[in-house]
Amino acid sequence: MSLYATRRSANSIATTLCWVAAIFGLAWLFVILVALLYEGVRGLSPAVFTEMTPPPGSAGGLLNAIAGSLVMTVIGVAIGTPLGMLAGTYMAEYGRNSKLTIVVRFINDILLSAPSIVVGLFVYTILVHPMGHFSAISGAVALALLVVPVVVRTTEDMLLLVPGSMREAASALGAPRAHVVGKVAYRAAKAGLVTGVLLAVARVSGETAPLLFTALNNQFWSTDLAAPMASLPVVIFQFALSPYKDWQQLAWTGALLITIAVLALSITARTLSAGRRKSK
Amino acid sequence: MLSIEPGRRSANGAGGEADSDMSEIVLQQASQSSVTADRSRALGRMALVDGIFREATRAAAVIVLVILGGVIISLVHGSLPAVRAFGFGFLVSQSWNPVTENFGALPAIYGTIMTSVIAMLIAVPVGLGIAIFLTELCPYVLRRPIGTAIELLAGIPSIIYGIWGLFVLAPFLQTHVQPALIAAFGDIPVFSTLFAGPPYGIGLLTAGFILAIMVLPFVASISRDVFETVPPVLKEAASGIGCTTWEVMRYVVMPYTRVGVIGGVMLGLGRALGETMAVTFVIGNAHKISGSLLAPGTTISATIANEFTEAVGDLYTSALIELGLILFVITFIVLAIARYMLMRIEQKSA
Repeated sequence: MSLYATRRSANSIATTLCWVAAIFGLAWLFVILVALLYEGVRGLSPAVFTEMTPPPGSAGGLLNAIAGSLVMTVIGVAIGTPLGMLAGTYMAEYGRNSKLTIVVRFINDILLSAPSIVVGLFVYTILVHPMGHFSAISGAVALALLVVPVVVRTTEDMLLLVPGSMREAASALGAPRAHVVGKVAYRAAKAGLVTGVLLAVARVSGETAPLLFTALNNQFWSTDLAAPMASLPVVIFQFALSPYKDWQQLAWTGALLITIAVLALSITARTLSAGRRKSK
Repeated sequence: MLSIEPGRRSANGAGGEADSDMSEIVLQQASQSSVTADRSRALGRMALVDGIFREATRAAAVIVLVILGGVIISLVHGSLPAVRAFGFGFLVSQSWNPVTENFGALPAIYGTIMTSVIAMLIAVPVGLGIAIFLTELCPYVLRRPIGTAIELLAGIPSIIYGIWGLFVLAPFLQTHVQPALIAAFGDIPVFSTLFAGPPYGIGLLTAGFILAIMVLPFVASISRDVFETVPPVLKEAASGIGCTTWEVMRYVVMPYTRVGVIGGVMLGLGRALGETMAVTFVIGNAHKISGSLLAPGTTISATIANEFTEAVGDLYTSALIELGLILFVITFIVLAIARYMLMRIEQKSA
């Protein structure tokens, strides 16, 4: 009887600890979101979206930073997506079991979680240093390098989910391989491919480290790709560490904007791929 | 028809279009059927597009490898001046003096490892607890929402954790937690050094704690995925002979998924080692090794983020790039082991 009692108490202790762990873990994440919402909403005003980043000690907005983030993210995704999709297509459609695919898959998975600051250093040495100055385009290239692994991974995964019988049916009608891939496999996996791009956008839109020494920062409005450009994460970094209350408030508001954008992107991506996931 | 052909050709010049017209007509003559000619031309075009597309995808796959190679080569190249100047001493020197251009990586390496260790000590038990909670204990209605919420939180940018750590967590730890730690461990031999005051708020412990909160969703969601690879029949069999929930987890699920869980933990460790922004806000950026976890320190990534744009002189820049190289090598090894282990559990479940 005592054996049963011991086992039962061991079980209740362990399950209680799991409950505690779950509540503890979720509570911290909840606390962060509440703090972010509370501090960020206080600073929300139309000025945030219409005025430039202010000099120290005065009020202003985040317009140039928001625009800079959008510009660099769009260029980064525009460079990274085709590359990632083609590579993912090779891995799923052409060289499914080839040595190259196995190696690329392994390396890609590592690049997926490699420290992004190292990517910043890499782009600094290949672009910023030879050009002699910081520029928005090198920031966009750094972001593109972070987009590639995400897109490669989702493209491969999503194409592998397309049933082989669809490809065989197309091939049996005499369609060449490029058509089978482009008109059958891509279409069948469309929602999944879009998901990958959305996830990539979500990933890079909050990235700070690779922009610190590629795009740098810019206090003013700039659309010149060869010049330094402001971005939301870098502005948050600079403003949060400053002693000025106005700047700190803008940093919180910027952080809230990024979080909302990232959450919206990830939720959209999940909704798009929800049906697919179920069928898997 | 054949007699017209040379004249047309000379009128058009020797362009590609004329050439294809020529071959078309030759083909038409050979087969006496324009349908066949169209078809063979279309087939030729398709074969060309097919080949181009195929080679483009292969090239893209190779480019992914080239990127990794490029990262390594550029970092090695960039760190050469520092390697020449300091040699292996760079790894064990504690000096960091931009004025005399004397640099050593030890404080940064120490800080990187210590913060990651603190993070994993907190995140692994809590993460596994959440995973067990989600697979075994949580009411069915809540499983999906909580699981989804955790996965969404894994995507929140690290700068958010950083700003929260700086403005909310660090002041809280400074006024409430750290004085208590200092008082509680003041008389116990080893711990009195680990928790020696004064309470700065920022420092290794705070940075480690933020990292723990950051990698928690990764560890939790990967462990949950791995736990779900266990065939239900194994768990049912164990429950059927009278095992308690905990015994099923401890003696069936955990042994079955050990490799995958370790892989997930290593993946989290890889993130923690390379994490930049969350740490930079709260580490204090002090290039010294202090026995106390409450003292400010620095990590490799925080050093690079804080100092790179202000680095004057090639040697300073090069020393920072060498730090980046060290970080890349460490995380590469950790992530490679993680991926290898996760691959093994995937093969097992397939």
